[in-house]
Amino acid sequence: MTQPLREFRSVVRVAGPILAVSGIDDAGYNEVVHVLLPDGTMRLGQVLESRMGMAIVMVFGGTRDLDCDVSAVRFTGKPLMMPVAKEMLGRIFSGSAEPIDGGGRVVPEKEMEISGYAINPTRREFPEDFIETGISAIDGMNTLVRGQKLPVFSGSGLPHSQLAAQITRQARVRGTEESFAVVFAAMGITHEEARFFIREFSETGARAHAVLFLNRADDPAIERIVTPRLALTAAEYLAFDCGMHVLVVMQDITAYCEALREVSAAREEIPARRGYPGYMYTDLASLYERAGRVKGRAGSITQLPILSMPDDDITHPVPDLTGYITEGQIVLSRELHRKGIYPPIDVLPCLSRLMQGGIGKERTRADHADVSSQLYAAYARGRRLAGLVAVIGDEGLTDTDRLYLTFLERFEEEFVGQKRDEGRSIGETLDRAWDLLSIFPQDELKRINPAFIREYYRGEIG
Amino acid sequence: MRGAQMYEVVYVGDDELIGEIIGLEEDLATVQVYEDTGGITPGEPVQRTGMSLSVELGPGLLGMIYDGIQRPLTELGSISGDFIIRGVSSPALPRERRYRFTPDVTEGDELKGGAVIGTVPETNQIIHSILLPPHLSGKVTKVAGEGEYTVLDQILWLADRDGNEHEITMLQRWPVRVPRPIREKLPPVRPLITGQRVIDSFFPMVQGGTAAVPGPFGAGKTVVQHQLAKWSDADIIVYVGCGERGNEMADVLRQFPALIDPKTKEPLMKRTVLIGNTSNMPVAAREASVYTGITIAEYYRDMGYSVALMADSTSRWAEAMREISGRLEEMPGEHGYPAYLGSRLADFYERAGRVTALSGEEGSVSVIGAVSPPGGDFSEPVTQNTLRIVRVFWALDADLAHQRHFPAVNWLLSYSLYADLAEPWWEKHGGTDWGRMRGDLLRLLQKESELEEIVQLVGPDLLPEQDKFTLHVATILRESFLIQSAFDEVDTFCPPEKQYRMMRLIHRYLLHGRDAVEEGMTAEEAAGLPVAGRLARMGPMPHDDFAEQYETVLHEIDDAFKGGRR
Repeated sequence: MTQPLREFRSVVRVAGPILAVSGIDDAGYNEVVHVLLPDGTMRLGQVLESRMGMAIVMVFGGTRDLDCDVSAVRFTGKPLMMPVAKEMLGRIFSGSAEPIDGGGRVVPEKEMEISGYAINPTRREFPEDFIETGISAIDGMNTLVRGQKLPVFSGSGLPHSQLAAQITRQARVRGTEESFAVVFAAMGITHEEARFFIREFSETGARAHAVLFLNRADDPAIERIVTPRLALTAAEYLAFDCGMHVLVVMQDITAYCEALREVSAAREEIPARRGYPGYMYTDLASLYERAGRVKGRAGSITQLPILSMPDDDITHPVPDLTGYITEGQIVLSRELHRKGIYPPIDVLPCLSRLMQGGIGKERTRADHADVSSQLYAAYARGRRLAGLVAVIGDEGLTDTDRLYLTFLERFEEEFVGQKRDEGRSIGETLDRAWDLLSIFPQDELKRINPAFIREYYRGEIG
Repeated sequence: MRGAQMYEVVYVGDDELIGEIIGLEEDLATVQVYEDTGGITPGEPVQRTGMSLSVELGPGLLGMIYDGIQRPLTELGSISGDFIIRGVSSPALPRERRYRFTPDVTEGDELKGGAVIGTVPETNQIIHSILLPPHLSGKVTKVAGEGEYTVLDQILWLADRDGNEHEITMLQRWPVRVPRPIREKLPPVRPLITGQRVIDSFFPMVQGGTAAVPGPFGAGKTVVQHQLAKWSDADIIVYVGCGERGNEMADVLRQFPALIDPKTKEPLMKRTVLIGNTSNMPVAAREASVYTGITIAEYYRDMGYSVALMADSTSRWAEAMREISGRLEEMPGEHGYPAYLGSRLADFYERAGRVTALSGEEGSVSVIGAVSPPGGDFSEPVTQNTLRIVRVFWALDADLAHQRHFPAVNWLLSYSLYADLAEPWWEKHGGTDWGRMRGDLLRLLQKESELEEIVQLVGPDLLPEQDKFTLHVATILRESFLIQSAFDEVDTFCPPEKQYRMMRLIHRYLLHGRDAVEEGMTAEEAAGLPVAGRLARMGPMPHDDFAEQYETVLHEIDDAFKGGRR
């Protein structure tokens, strides 16, 4: 990889986003190439396969207008690097990190490999700083902590963008004034959605702390493979070099996976489920596992990936593999959305695996764990009864059963439901929970320590 | 690469990345590389080592955390910092540390492979027997005196039958893909007590057994595995985090040194070896990690210890196989997995068992594998191939997890083929009625699910009183016995005596209540009895308080239903 000029005009095959170059013996695996088109424009690519006399290259900008005569491929001998600097904050970039806000190029403070390196597990700090998002269904029942990766599983037409914007606007760690940043990676989202985020960030003053990477629906699909990596590299710089607490929002992971599938299909690889490549778990892990905290470093990376479940199917490979890697998930429900409840979070399939470490005395409140568990039990039972009533009517129900139905309705309206600009403190969230739990006689609250019942219960004593 | 052997370790490229030969065709070898291969170009050198992928065995393993090919992660951290970069390595066992070696043999002794040469106190609890490597035998010509040695110091000189001298150190290597030889396999006899009620009392595991924990994401596989690693009464724990989350490994590393083993009163970390190859570390090393783990487990088994190995998750291992197989362009079997998936899984689980080791000691390796079926669908190949081999099946259930019923072990789908083996133990340590109670309570749950179906059709109020009472007791059983909080300081570990007594109280309540309902008490009246409330909060009650109250509650049950019968 030391030759000064390794430029080849020997493109022998172009298929989908992939091209083959002959005549090169020393292409490095994952090496970056510049593809020079007949009209003089340049596109970025990466070596996927290298053998004696041949290299297979994936072209991020797509292969349109490429030909086999004039087009040239220049091998750079370097892995994909990205210039990073603190002045990226407040800027908007394309999906391949070109400035698109009219500003000039960033003066780099450092160059970093965009594929990143795995954090040594022994050097990870276990995440346990509670992030107050101001949203009851999350804070109360699926608490987010710094360094966590917590995806939002959504579907077309559901208000995931609004929810993500609300979280980025409201998120804070109680009692601290540490520097924070938002990195937003858009993959295949519409112009309208992109505008929504830009406006949202501008209006709330978050723009100055945000870096945006936008690959829109009409940008080249293959570019989506680099977009999240660029965003995470910027996030790593801000977090681990500059000591900032970074929230990374990535939308839409499903579009990312489709780009991955496109490359895999073009390479004629053996597919796993639904045509997605067998290495998709590993590939997604190489994104998601870049969340976390590192011992002895001030910053953190918290990820909020957003993905749309095709046909609202949670067993689809994209949400399925994601759920196996991330530390929980927030699931949006079409049914609640139809009922007019915002945010339409269906708490039952939701989960935050890092919740236990982030809650309790001194972090949130001592009764938090018990309250959450009791809410789950009560809501699950309410839902089961509601299903029963739909079939057989409510005549056979006991008085206690009826309390659960009342709880069900009020829980969805008053606890899950809140306004788009309403941020609730964790105290307010838990107090609301007690209002609802006080519908029941004390004996029904089997998952709550009696000491907490004495302190917080507001129903009739008896 | 003519002359190269299958599974030989090679160093690849100028950075000398570690790899293994996984395919040969004339003079062409296919190598899987255990590190990131970015930047490698055709024409870079590949060096052979003549060895197959092996682990280092000897004192110093306990308390370590390794990656999938036994590189010590703490040491790598001090070399390369917070991120794992390529081409760094460090010996698996500390070279400088000295151990107090006491010889067990003297000059002139005839030794066979696997014999105990001497001992080293590895921790306060674990005496590490230094074993003669299995393939060696002969006459001792010299032995080191009692004293402090490093793992590379010679401690024994042996002349084999052909007169060759062998110099033996405390460190030996063993190829991970080959099971360590044993004298004889024995049937399991004793339950592996885990302190988890639904496991020990309903679906018991045995020392030397095999178990699988499949479940969709969020059903609590990892928490179950962590609980078993924490509280199982095995002597040694090998925990393989195969393709899982980095933060989970950080959690283990945070908790284990602080937790105290209830049996030995030592920190749990001192009996544990961790293998952590997280999902973003190279996929080939993930494939190797389970073999690295089980070889270490076998090594301690050969010293006569009871070892439990947790593999979380075997699906990631299978997917690593699939990924590698796909790259080799092998003809795929079901779901793209290689055709040899079933035999690889079987080979792995077959390395479990209770055995007489070459040294004559009796030891065991118990294997508990988590399975992560895509979409929670148990009909997929990894789950199905695993179920053909393992004898305990703890099926985790998304619905239970959604209600926050943890551990989310589905009592209708799960089974244990070891229940009969566990019964004599429970009769001795609990009471002679254990088997009958277990049967009655499992039937109660079965009956509940049948009744639930009827309720779905006609509603609850048409059920006869006896059935309503069945539903009521089943609720108590689920909520106070089956649910067990891993995060509650007390409830996280439930000693067997307490499990037995809790079961007995619920069982007594069931039998006497049934009689009372027969004689006219309604299920609603029964549910209103104060004693029903007492049964609800037994789990988190401190064990001593519970033991004190046990007899009282037993009598309360008798009295309460006498009233009903009047």
